[in-house]
Amino acid sequence: MMASSYNAKEEDGHVAVPVGGTIKNKKPDNTAFKQQRLPAWQPILTAGTVLPAFFVIGLIFIPIGIGLYVTSNNIREFEIDYTGTDIDDPCFNCSQSFSWNNTRPCTCALDFSLDHPFESNVFMYYGLSNFYQNHRRYVKSRDDSQLNGDINSLKNPSKECEPYARNEKAPIAPCGAIANSMFNDTLDLYYVHPNGTRIQIPLSKKDIAWWTDKHVKFRNPGNNPNLTAAFQGTSKPINWRRPVYELDTDEENNGFINEDFIVWMRTAALPTFRKLYRIIQKKNNMTPTLPRGNYTLEVSYNYPVRSFEGRKRVILSTISWMGGKNPFLGIAYITVGSVCFFLGVVLLIIHHKYGSRNNSADIPN
Amino acid sequence: MLRWIRQQLGFDPPHQSDTRTVYIANRFPQHGHYVPQRFADNRIISSKYTIWNFVPKNLFEQFRRIANFYFLIIFLVQLMIDTPTSPVTSGLPLFFVITVTAIKQGYEDWLRHKADNEVNGAPVFVVRSGSLVQTRSKNIRVGDIVRVAKDETFPVDLVLLSSDRIEGTCHITTTSLDGETNLKTHYSVPETLVSRSVSRLESLHAVVECQQPDADLYRFVGRITITQQGEEIVRPLGPENLLLRGARLKNTKEIFGVAVYTGMESKMALNYKCKSQKRSAVEKSMNTFLLIYLGILLFEAVLSTILKYAWQAENKWDEPFYNQKTEQERNSSQILKFISDFLAFLVLYNFIIPISLYVTVEMQKFLGSFFIGWDLDLYHEESNQMAQVNTSDLNEELGQVEYVFTDKTGTLTENEMLFRECSINGVKYQEINGKLVPEGMTDDSLDGSSPRLSCEELLFLKAVSLCHTVQISYEQPGDGPGDPFSHANGFSSQMEYYASSPDEKALVEATKRMGVTFMGSHGETMEIKTLGKSEKYKLLHILEFDANRRRMSVILQTPSGEKMLFTKGAESAVLPFTTGGEIDKTRVHVDEFALKGLRTLVVACRHFSAEEYVEVDRLLHEACTALQQREERLAEVFSFIEKDLELLGATAVEDKLQEKVQETIEALRLAGIKVWVLTGDKHETAVSVSLSCGHFHRTMNILELVQQKSDNECAEQLRQLARRIKEDHVIQHGLVVDGASLSLALRGHEKLFMEVCKNCSAVLCCRMAPLQKAKVVRLLKTSPEKPITLAIGDGANDVSMIQEAHVGIGIMGKEGRQAVRNSDYAIARFKFLSKLLLVHGHFYYIRIATLVQYFFYKNVCFITPQFLYQFVCLFSQQTLYDSVYLTLYNICFTSLPILIYSLFEQLVHPHVLQSKPALYRDISRNSLLSFKTFLYWTLLGFCHAFVFFFGSYILMGEDTSLMGNGQMFGNWTFGTLVFTVMVITVTLKLALETHFWTWMNHFVTWGSIAFYFIFSLFYGGIIWPFLHTQDMYFVFVQLLSSGSAWFAIVIIITTCLFPDIIKKVFYRHLQPTSTQKSQMYSNRVVIGDDFIALQPLTRAKNQLGKISLLRPTTRASAAWTPCAATRRGRTGAPGWAGWWSK
Repeated sequence: MMASSYNAKEEDGHVAVPVGGTIKNKKPDNTAFKQQRLPAWQPILTAGTVLPAFFVIGLIFIPIGIGLYVTSNNIREFEIDYTGTDIDDPCFNCSQSFSWNNTRPCTCALDFSLDHPFESNVFMYYGLSNFYQNHRRYVKSRDDSQLNGDINSLKNPSKECEPYARNEKAPIAPCGAIANSMFNDTLDLYYVHPNGTRIQIPLSKKDIAWWTDKHVKFRNPGNNPNLTAAFQGTSKPINWRRPVYELDTDEENNGFINEDFIVWMRTAALPTFRKLYRIIQKKNNMTPTLPRGNYTLEVSYNYPVRSFEGRKRVILSTISWMGGKNPFLGIAYITVGSVCFFLGVVLLIIHHKYGSRNNSADIPN
Repeated sequence: MLRWIRQQLGFDPPHQSDTRTVYIANRFPQHGHYVPQRFADNRIISSKYTIWNFVPKNLFEQFRRIANFYFLIIFLVQLMIDTPTSPVTSGLPLFFVITVTAIKQGYEDWLRHKADNEVNGAPVFVVRSGSLVQTRSKNIRVGDIVRVAKDETFPVDLVLLSSDRIEGTCHITTTSLDGETNLKTHYSVPETLVSRSVSRLESLHAVVECQQPDADLYRFVGRITITQQGEEIVRPLGPENLLLRGARLKNTKEIFGVAVYTGMESKMALNYKCKSQKRSAVEKSMNTFLLIYLGILLFEAVLSTILKYAWQAENKWDEPFYNQKTEQERNSSQILKFISDFLAFLVLYNFIIPISLYVTVEMQKFLGSFFIGWDLDLYHEESNQMAQVNTSDLNEELGQVEYVFTDKTGTLTENEMLFRECSINGVKYQEINGKLVPEGMTDDSLDGSSPRLSCEELLFLKAVSLCHTVQISYEQPGDGPGDPFSHANGFSSQMEYYASSPDEKALVEATKRMGVTFMGSHGETMEIKTLGKSEKYKLLHILEFDANRRRMSVILQTPSGEKMLFTKGAESAVLPFTTGGEIDKTRVHVDEFALKGLRTLVVACRHFSAEEYVEVDRLLHEACTALQQREERLAEVFSFIEKDLELLGATAVEDKLQEKVQETIEALRLAGIKVWVLTGDKHETAVSVSLSCGHFHRTMNILELVQQKSDNECAEQLRQLARRIKEDHVIQHGLVVDGASLSLALRGHEKLFMEVCKNCSAVLCCRMAPLQKAKVVRLLKTSPEKPITLAIGDGANDVSMIQEAHVGIGIMGKEGRQAVRNSDYAIARFKFLSKLLLVHGHFYYIRIATLVQYFFYKNVCFITPQFLYQFVCLFSQQTLYDSVYLTLYNICFTSLPILIYSLFEQLVHPHVLQSKPALYRDISRNSLLSFKTFLYWTLLGFCHAFVFFFGSYILMGEDTSLMGNGQMFGNWTFGTLVFTVMVITVTLKLALETHFWTWMNHFVTWGSIAFYFIFSLFYGGIIWPFLHTQDMYFVFVQLLSSGSAWFAIVIIITTCLFPDIIKKVFYRHLQPTSTQKSQMYSNRVVIGDDFIALQPLTRAKNQLGKISLLRPTTRASAAWTPCAATRRGRTGAPGWAGWWSK
């Protein structure tokens, strides 16, 4: 820094005039702070202090790991791919004959069987692969204030939504690439009773989106209960079959606060992702939610993935307190715990056997 | 700086000629061809800015710093192109830094303005149109006659016209200019000294011609032409006629002077130039690291850009149906897109070079330097002086010193001279109880009542008491102007001598004790009192002391009318010119004195015949009035006068060693620092002082390179020395060089000389000129190893060396404050150097080294996941973290712990550091910032980043739900998980490095983590009205509501930190550094001052061997059990040090 200032006053002040006067005592204060003598804890990492920590961590982590692993293993999960890439696949035809202009949905049905009953609530996911929801152009292509019910943004979508902001002058609601590419397959699940009858399994679409998203972040424009009027003057997203106010018949699940829509709008971190589709509530304690047996998945096949070599899956999964099936955490804990324990033992041996020798090694004769 | 450039470029008043002509009282010649010269006004402008140019000028200055410029570029790039992060993320910190710096500089400038205004607005009295007018200082013009009263400072450079004293002299002190505290007498020209009142000044017609403004305080060449009764009288003007701005009038009621240099052209103003900036080794390696990181940054950006295009070659990745480009994007040119993609990646990764590093380093240095001034151990009670920090930029350099160059007088010694012995006419005398006793006689053999002085003795004493420039100040509480002679009768108690050289003072005081008292000089008369009898000598000329001649002379007219010359000077400067007296005996005596470590001066005289004197007077007058090349001509005349001298004798003055010099030098040596003593003293004196202060040991083999006359001789001697060192490498060597031989050695045989020097553990250079001192420092500094040098000194002659060395330390001693003012650090005593280096230097170095490494580490941790994320998002420059997190990571979440660490960390207890100087070797040669450690930290950063990223990736990449209600997370949650883990890990990593946990460390460490959580909850808890995306809304809460996330956070942090802990433990046990050993030690042993275990290695080995035999399970710390014996063994020192360095 350029601190070479001339200061006449200061210099004069320092003149050590031999003619006495009161000289200020410049003795520094004898405080702990100024003398750098603040009381302090001075830990040193030695084998002595670290060894117990190793054992403790080992002893804590291994049981936790086992617990997590067991929990994860107890979760039932079933996954079925319905992309239809092979000729033999039931959905092959649908996947081939795709066109955005189809008015009649193409349906296909997949049969599968569950070897084990799913006891608790079952969560039904759809999964997409090779779908880059995390692409920057895609992630930012949304208008949060429009989704939050801002009238102004409804009419004038943000520039970020380009090229999905306007459809021939009419503002698109909801605008942006994310909304435009909303997943629109319909999935239905049937239980094939051993006697041959198909029983449709009731799928709940409540609580599949974050509560705060549904109730705060996403809001329909205006306070108009009539959504058709509220969305007056807007255009539907180009790829959509229906306008946003016709997503559901349920008032509470229509427009921007449609939960399927909200789920889709939360962009996934990785190109292979799942999104919660439906929840199968457990009816009573006596029967499992999904008993062992044969099932049919009926797909109304609308969503094209072949153009980008994507895959579509349906996942049925039970959930524990820690979420879905995820052996990683358990394995990680067991591994780290074991390594710690093992290293602890090694260190102990070294410490015990060679500790004294090391000392003398420092001071050769 | 700018002013300087302006002057160099000649924008300031152009100098039309070599001289300026000043018409006193601005009475310009009425007739003819007068060209008015334009001079600067008397305003002092030390401020840099005005209100109008502050903003642009300050911004310009700030963006000249390369780092600021880099961030500005990044910011502009963000503004111009569509980048992944908003311009705010880099603009805000930049704005903050710039604003804070601007405010600081603005405040400093405001203070300067205030000081300027005070100085410029000070009331002064000027003679205008026949009366005394009060005006402001800034209104003084060149040619004005200014009146200055007692104890006032001079507002301009004045040529003294008259004072209230009859002889027209005045006394001044120049403390604020050059730090010399003695009174100096300045003279007026005989023709003007009568103009003691305003009215008489009115009738004065005179013109001053003088050189153009010049920064040299001690140079002034000019002449005054006085018109009296139609006759022009020309008188020479020299520095003794010039009263400098900033000096203070003393002992004189009032003076009148004519302003010759005003305002920025005054010598004082020309002297405040910026000191050249020194940069520390840490700063240099920091810049290297920055370049490496810039390389990494560019590499990552280029790689990403290339991969992006490789990946997006296919349309299905580049533009799938769900993610179409806009028309504009499609149509823009490929090259432009490529460049903008590259810039976007650059912006995305630019946080790897943190702007906050600079801010934190500056703050650390600035705040940290206070501890030096606050240190009680560096406070000197007697002189009431605490250590002073002039540059905080070099704190850490104190921990890197490899060579110490120290001055001897005033640095190793007290510079408190005591007259001890003398040699008169070939007889040695000692001073015993204020009497001169010839050698061999005891005090008893003299009758105490009336000391009889022989003729030779008397002449010698008179010579000593007359040949000097000592001033006398009388303690007279404010009773008017000091006329020394009014006190001639009651002198003894009130009289005090002031001299620029302590030797002179000691000598004059000694002669006073022996009966020849100097009573003061009165105009051109010097009065001495010989055994109660007053004698008046007319002072005809003073041939001032200068460093080249190394002697001074006075020409006097004795009461009997004889003209005499007395000369006093270094023996080598006087003896060759002597023709009479006991030359050989005296020479032997002088050598004997020198061997005792006494400072010697030789006194001689010369009698002039009347004709000789006329000649001398004429020559002197001519040389004095010369306008051109006055110095050269004076030197010629001086050497003409100072010859054919008759030797009177020699004096020997003792300079007491400062306390604890020996211990300090020993400690420095143990710390691996080589100590060189550079002194102007004689060879013998220097060696004996060197021996007595422990710089040379008795056991050392002392090599000499002295009195080399020719190049070849010198080279031969050097080769011989090198051979001797090679043959005998067991014992330590000391080298003595004198100035003449040194300049020979440096001229042609630098390499050989360096070779010899490096193998000597102590080097003593004697007979050194100030510039030679600096040369030696530069030689070492630029040698291939580029060692860090430190120069310590107290006098003006050390300034060049202090400025040359990496670290310059000034001793606040008796030789003024010039060294202090030019130093980087100033301490009161040499012994403080050991604490300054061993404790403060060590601490600062460790602190800043860790600070720098940690900063790079944490930013690698920060940015690498971002880079890795590009691999899964098609290199679309999607950020992993929210912009607010990007901005605040370095500003809030991770800034305070490292700042507090870097202010308070103490790796080892200060007492241990001071008592075990060898610990200093642990950090020598910038070891904590070596490429190896840098690589370690960088790799650690990368490893941690990989663990953060892939840990989170595997956790979420299984694409299962992590929440108990089956709902899914999105990309922002993923980023937040990585970020959370990162903030905690990075903070805990520093916690692992911290050895000194004060409450503040606890507060900021845990506080930072807590703040991160609180902030995130708050930030994610609100729909922010002014943000256009609400990406982070409730993301953090949702993350924390997931049990898996918690478990993941714990396991990832553990995985990151455990290998590091293991590494630390293993290294501590297998390859402990001595610092680590002493940590164990200091933890176990109550610190006492008496456990300095400087004992021979063999003894230590034996004892420790016994200990480990007795107790086979003793830990490593057993080596540190204090050994009872503390006998200092010098031979053990190298072995001991070797043991440390293993």
